[in-house]
Amino acid sequence: MAITKRQSAELAKQAFEYAPAPEAIDHVKIQPRYGLFINGRMVEPHSKKHFPTINPATEKKLAEVSEADEVDVDRAVKAAGKAFDSWSHLSPSRRARYLFRISRLIQERARELAVVETMDGGKPIKESRDVDIPLSAAHFFYYAGWADKLEWAFPNRRPRPLGVAGQVIPWNFPLLMLSWKIAPALAAGNTVVLKPAETTPLSAMVFAEICMQAELPPGVVNILTGAGKTGSLVVAHPGVKKVAFTGSTEVGKLIQRTLAGTGKKLTLELGGKAANIVFEDAPLDQAVEGIVNGIYFNQGHVCCAGSRLLVQESIAEPLLEKLKRRLGTLRLGDPLDKNTDIGAINSRAQLDKIQGLVQSGLDEGAELYQPECRLPERGFWFPPTLFTNVSQSYRIAREEIFGPVLSVLTFRTPAEAVEKANNTPYGLSAGVWTDKGSRILWMAERLRAGVVWANTFNRFDPTSPFGGYKESGYGREGGLHGLAAYLDLS
Amino acid sequence: MPLVATALSLTHIGSLMRGVRSVDEVGADERAASLAKRSIKKSSKLWALDLAVRCMDLTTLEGSDTPGKVTALCAKGMRPKPGDPTIPSVAAICIYPSRIADAVAHLRGSQVRVASVATAFPSGQSFTSIKIAETEEAVRAGAHEIDMVIDRGAFLSGDYQRVYDEVVAVKEACGSAHLKVILETGELGTYDAVRRGSILAMAAGADFIKTSTGKVQPAATLPVSLVMMEAIRDFVRETGRPVGFKAAGGIRTSKQAIAYLVLLYETLGADWMTPDRFRLGASTLLNDVLMQIDKERTGVYQSGDYFTID
Repeated sequence: MAITKRQSAELAKQAFEYAPAPEAIDHVKIQPRYGLFINGRMVEPHSKKHFPTINPATEKKLAEVSEADEVDVDRAVKAAGKAFDSWSHLSPSRRARYLFRISRLIQERARELAVVETMDGGKPIKESRDVDIPLSAAHFFYYAGWADKLEWAFPNRRPRPLGVAGQVIPWNFPLLMLSWKIAPALAAGNTVVLKPAETTPLSAMVFAEICMQAELPPGVVNILTGAGKTGSLVVAHPGVKKVAFTGSTEVGKLIQRTLAGTGKKLTLELGGKAANIVFEDAPLDQAVEGIVNGIYFNQGHVCCAGSRLLVQESIAEPLLEKLKRRLGTLRLGDPLDKNTDIGAINSRAQLDKIQGLVQSGLDEGAELYQPECRLPERGFWFPPTLFTNVSQSYRIAREEIFGPVLSVLTFRTPAEAVEKANNTPYGLSAGVWTDKGSRILWMAERLRAGVVWANTFNRFDPTSPFGGYKESGYGREGGLHGLAAYLDLS
Repeated sequence: MPLVATALSLTHIGSLMRGVRSVDEVGADERAASLAKRSIKKSSKLWALDLAVRCMDLTTLEGSDTPGKVTALCAKGMRPKPGDPTIPSVAAICIYPSRIADAVAHLRGSQVRVASVATAFPSGQSFTSIKIAETEEAVRAGAHEIDMVIDRGAFLSGDYQRVYDEVVAVKEACGSAHLKVILETGELGTYDAVRRGSILAMAAGADFIKTSTGKVQPAATLPVSLVMMEAIRDFVRETGRPVGFKAAGGIRTSKQAIAYLVLLYETLGADWMTPDRFRLGASTLLNDVLMQIDKERTGVYQSGDYFTID
């Protein structure tokens, strides 16, 4: 019997719908309960309190972690203060050796770390495996190289470490943000007290094991789990000389108020509402990939996400058609499946926030597009979403959604593109897509954003400084700038 | 964006070709690399391997080809694994024009098509009249499909009109035979040129566009194939005429073949996953695919001695 082409294509689609390809997890040992990492050992919290951390893809409990209280924070800061005396006087090449060792251990335990990161945070395994973990190792490797070259990095400046650094990191890139914070701090000769995010503490617990494995001197790295309260205790502790925070603008402002007048050095890496700007001469298929990577990477839980697409009106129609087709090929589901493109939303609270903002977009009159997409029954999920008919004044065009939601706006001229792109309280990143080199430079000069990517998006390297303008924060992480933030150069 | 096909049927092909949208090399490479990481397992893998056989142009293009060699290849193509009727036959046997008669004789009664290269393959450096005559002769000898090469010399010197006219003429000479146009991407230098060549060939009437002759390195690569598939996608969008894609040269393992199928699936979609619209040109791929099919079915690898060498 002859079958039609359409039927045979339908059969092909069913047959090729990729069979599950889950990453093995049997090699990973998550302990039922974790203490606090203080002075080189895992210790029970003074608070005696623990809280669960769950897998957002299944809502199942993975482990319990400790909630550090005031006494715990004090113990950790004192341990770090004591360790600072010897660590800052250790010969720089010895410090470098520890950092190289940590970098190697991250690489050795990469598979385990990738699985832990994916289970605890919900991100696709292909991202934790190919981005988070390799970049984390790269950061330690890069700053290890600077540890014994500080005098060359800052000639005639007599670089000196600051003391104990209090660091609070977010849940979107748990191990990578830990590495951004700890690697330059240690290379410069500081010691640290770090608080990972409440919903993603597990990779930091594995990192504590790595510190022990590397025989890092006790107290050089201390890791305290807990919620916002613990974080505020860390940054407010008088023994802390330098505070580094990555997270929401709201909390960042709070920290800035707390620290006013204390003389503590502060760097803030906060929210964003980046414009991804596509000109009519752009290579369209690659621009589509860049747009997808810009906003759907890590479910849009990226502070520098390209959440506003500014497209030149003359190509809006073909570009959107391509983009919509591409959204249809995104694979949402089990984050541990190697073919998954979009994983789980990090937490119920974040899902609520995304849903609320998407509703506001509908209420304000924007047009919603979502590809056909079956969401798993358990866990926190949100389909890749695109809004057209968006005005600058809509909340979805102004507020950071921190989810897989793209707002599409159009422009007519380069000047209008710049004006619209800059018309936001944020200024973390921007993307420019054009075949014309001179226009890239012209745009980069005028965009008020810490990073401007040209014909690419979300590209990171340890040598490149990263940070924001305006309400996206101040100070830079990565590169020499990132090192300077942990040194007294006066 | 100008309507490529309708515009091209007018004049000024050169200036229109220079107006073809550009390709970002870094982005294309990244996209292809990310698709190559897809993990195809179990039932989807078996299905893909079966499709790879059905879409294969089993090829021999050597100066040393003899009637005996071609006969053996035809036998292999019709029944890749003797004694196992579940293995389908390949799509076509791809040979030089002088061997068409041998292949026609041995493939009579089977579904396997005879594909012949033509137009001064592989360089394409000859007279247009000879290319047309060669095509006509090949079709007369019984070829169902013609794999022509474009004149890269003309293309690279900017004489797009000449390339276009030649494809149009060869297409006409093909009559009812299917025309695959080989761009020889390894000689074109940039993805921009690959995209331009793809659109030129399609506008001139190609039924398939094909990456390479297999005689030049690099031959088929994933990013080049991606660029060509994206060009097909744009062409179909603007003209409604579907064009097939053939990857050829250097595809030797099942893993590579599956990577091409993934690329096809995610770029052109399930409609293209048929021998009518997709071909893999290969001389040594078949046995590795057979071996992998056995492995998927039985869980163990058989030694090479259990697969015939033809």
